[in-house]
Amino acid sequence: MQVLDPWQDKPLSEIMYYVRELVEDPEFVPVKRWRAAGGKVLGHFQVYFPEEIAHAAGMLPVKVRGAPVEGRQADSRFGSYLCSIIKSSLELALTNRLQLDMFVSHPICDVARNLAGVWGRNLPYPSQILYLPQNANSAWSAQYLRDEYARVKQDIEAVTGVTITDAALRNSIAVFNENRRLLRELYDIKRTTPWLLSVDEAYVLVSLGGMIPREEHNELLTAVIPQIKARNAKKQDKIRVVFDGGFCEQPPLDLLRVIAQSCYVVDDDLLIGLRWILEDVKSEGDPLFNLADAYLNASSYSPVQHDLRKPKEKMLVQRIRHANAEAAIITAAKMCEPGLDEQVAYSKELDELNIPYFISEFEEKMTSFDHMQMQLETFVENVLFE
Amino acid sequence: MSTETNGHEIVGRGAKDGGRLFREWFEALSQATERGDQVAYVFVMGSISEILRAFDFQVSFPEINSLQTAVRRVAHEYLNTAEDYGYSPDICGYVKADVGMQLRGGEHPMGRIPRPNLAVLTNACNTYLKWAEIWERMYHIPTFTVDIPGGRSAGYGANETSGDFKRDRQYVQYQLQELITLCEQISGQKFDVDKLRAQMQYTNDMAKAYKRVLELNQNTPATFNALSEGTIYLGVANGLRGSAEGSQYFQDLVQEMEYKVANNIGTLPEEKYRLVFVGVPCYPIFRRFYELFADWGGVFIGSTYLWFAAGGLELGYEYDLNNPLESLAEGTMLSVRNAMDSMFFQDRALVNMLDPFRVDGIVYHPIKSCRTVSTGLADNRRAVMEARDVMTLFIESDMMDKRVVSEAQMKNRIDAFFEGLATRKLRMSNQ
Repeated sequence: MQVLDPWQDKPLSEIMYYVRELVEDPEFVPVKRWRAAGGKVLGHFQVYFPEEIAHAAGMLPVKVRGAPVEGRQADSRFGSYLCSIIKSSLELALTNRLQLDMFVSHPICDVARNLAGVWGRNLPYPSQILYLPQNANSAWSAQYLRDEYARVKQDIEAVTGVTITDAALRNSIAVFNENRRLLRELYDIKRTTPWLLSVDEAYVLVSLGGMIPREEHNELLTAVIPQIKARNAKKQDKIRVVFDGGFCEQPPLDLLRVIAQSCYVVDDDLLIGLRWILEDVKSEGDPLFNLADAYLNASSYSPVQHDLRKPKEKMLVQRIRHANAEAAIITAAKMCEPGLDEQVAYSKELDELNIPYFISEFEEKMTSFDHMQMQLETFVENVLFE
Repeated sequence: MSTETNGHEIVGRGAKDGGRLFREWFEALSQATERGDQVAYVFVMGSISEILRAFDFQVSFPEINSLQTAVRRVAHEYLNTAEDYGYSPDICGYVKADVGMQLRGGEHPMGRIPRPNLAVLTNACNTYLKWAEIWERMYHIPTFTVDIPGGRSAGYGANETSGDFKRDRQYVQYQLQELITLCEQISGQKFDVDKLRAQMQYTNDMAKAYKRVLELNQNTPATFNALSEGTIYLGVANGLRGSAEGSQYFQDLVQEMEYKVANNIGTLPEEKYRLVFVGVPCYPIFRRFYELFADWGGVFIGSTYLWFAAGGLELGYEYDLNNPLESLAEGTMLSVRNAMDSMFFQDRALVNMLDPFRVDGIVYHPIKSCRTVSTGLADNRRAVMEARDVMTLFIESDMMDKRVVSEAQMKNRIDAFFEGLATRKLRMSNQ
């Protein structure tokens, strides 16, 4: 079924406006449409979930990534000193803005791991933790993860009543491979011609994929990418930066717009889970093992995955070099322990390499950006006129 | 020691001997570098000390090192050093105190903490992973994560014959074998399975005794306070896990507690309220925090801290020495999983404790520093209160950072809690 309003005959500007409205709307209208048509929904908390498994059962996998909503019910379930996304995600569920049939969290951080328990005590459908391996360097971790995926597959089958066949999984892998290819193409535009696609525009196009069927997302991306490439925009006097710190809680769209006023964000880790796997997942052989292997061995990096092969500060530098960026914006969500920890390692490494960087914190609910804008513009001027 | 029968010598021995063993342990650590000993940094939830001791590693627990700076009221100096280095005020205070200590060359109020040759961690706390990454960068040492799949949801993992259980155990066992290979490389020693068996036997002794000690607090009056004396026992359970001294200590401790039960000796002169503590103690005002409850006759007869911070030792899991590696994998997985459940899904365990321990109230103490322990406490409290009519208190502060500890405010809340408990007791006695 189609969950989006007809957009095919509209100009790019109107499509972009429509997508932005959907992404910013905490009512998750496309998800409601899916459910209203009898579809089942699996909500998965940040950062990465093998959505192909839910897709193969005919479920809509939805990325639970919080929203700038006021905490009316969820706040009483948590103490102080916690990140906002944990509270707002639960708020979405408790207020029925986001109606699910199954919820999965991950051991990405101590807060997210606790979330599965809190969710399970407050909502009537199954809630669980998918234990993605934290020893990515064990020779057994891919086999373990394959088995863990098989366990989740069984739970999904119990919720949907659908037996997931290998053929269905292979079909889903093909759909998601296509989606990842299109997202790579989108990011290529940012890297090569960033004046054609601002960070906030790219963000909403990526984010939409987390709440609609991937086939529909693929159709939309296939249509808009050529239009973006054909835009009549000229290069401006902005610095090329990498944005880091958007792997879990999402910065407000207005913050990204502020950055876009003075910077070309040529690469970032925003919603990195949707782009975690860097190449096509193999279609031949055991599909669950292929997904597990890709998660471990053909993937990006983030502060919440420990892998001795991917020291985060070295990976950041690689990202900066690959995108030919001049500087980095190193952010962290307020109270986000992994993000705040990583800021130190990043800054020390960039200091050593003499790469300019701008450090900041954000919260999904923040509404005032004047101070940050002024600081960022000063930083940009320093880089430009150094 | 264990043959002593004089009550005067037995009562209080656990606290006294615990302090002595702790000082000796820190002294040995201080001399490790001079002696050429190899040092492994490990964590309380899954230290895997049995393997490390089998390779003659000295084990150092950064969490214990850090909390000692708070108990000795110098934590702020270390926190400031780490914050000056770049760490946020909003991250784990244990991590920052350790960073501060490392930047000061290991200077510690109980001695000098040696640099690590190896760090071994589990995923029981995600901060362990970030913490170990700091040492990787600082010292370029190998770090090894023993990844232990936890309970996927409340009540998960009870069925030890299920396919999931066996697969998880196989994963843990494989990793332990990889750890042994790494230890061989670092230490230059060949793995000796009989030496491992010996360490495992000591842990078996300790686990059995630890479980017994916690159970004995069902007695009225309580034989020990989980917040004060319990923390000493916990320190020995971690620091001396898998050692002859640890084994002897806990056998003596069981003797002490049984003696106290037999002679009706409580930990407080007058026990009025039996409480459970949920969370991590307030180390910056450790003694005062205890007094705020003890002055009202409140005794903590148990705590989730004695579960999770002991790495699940209270399960009393007994290793099968005829099948050491598989058994070590199973015991480690079950114990650490139990520790994790004690943080994420502890509401059921608390409800189950209320009757046998005759609990009057539960004190929740979430702390800024530790999201592992604190994130779910408000909701766990709500679930417990829905399940049972029990009085609870919810007070937030910190385990390290005195800037977040407001003693006066805390006292007001605690006093009000006890007034409520007194009223309830009075009402119930009038019914």
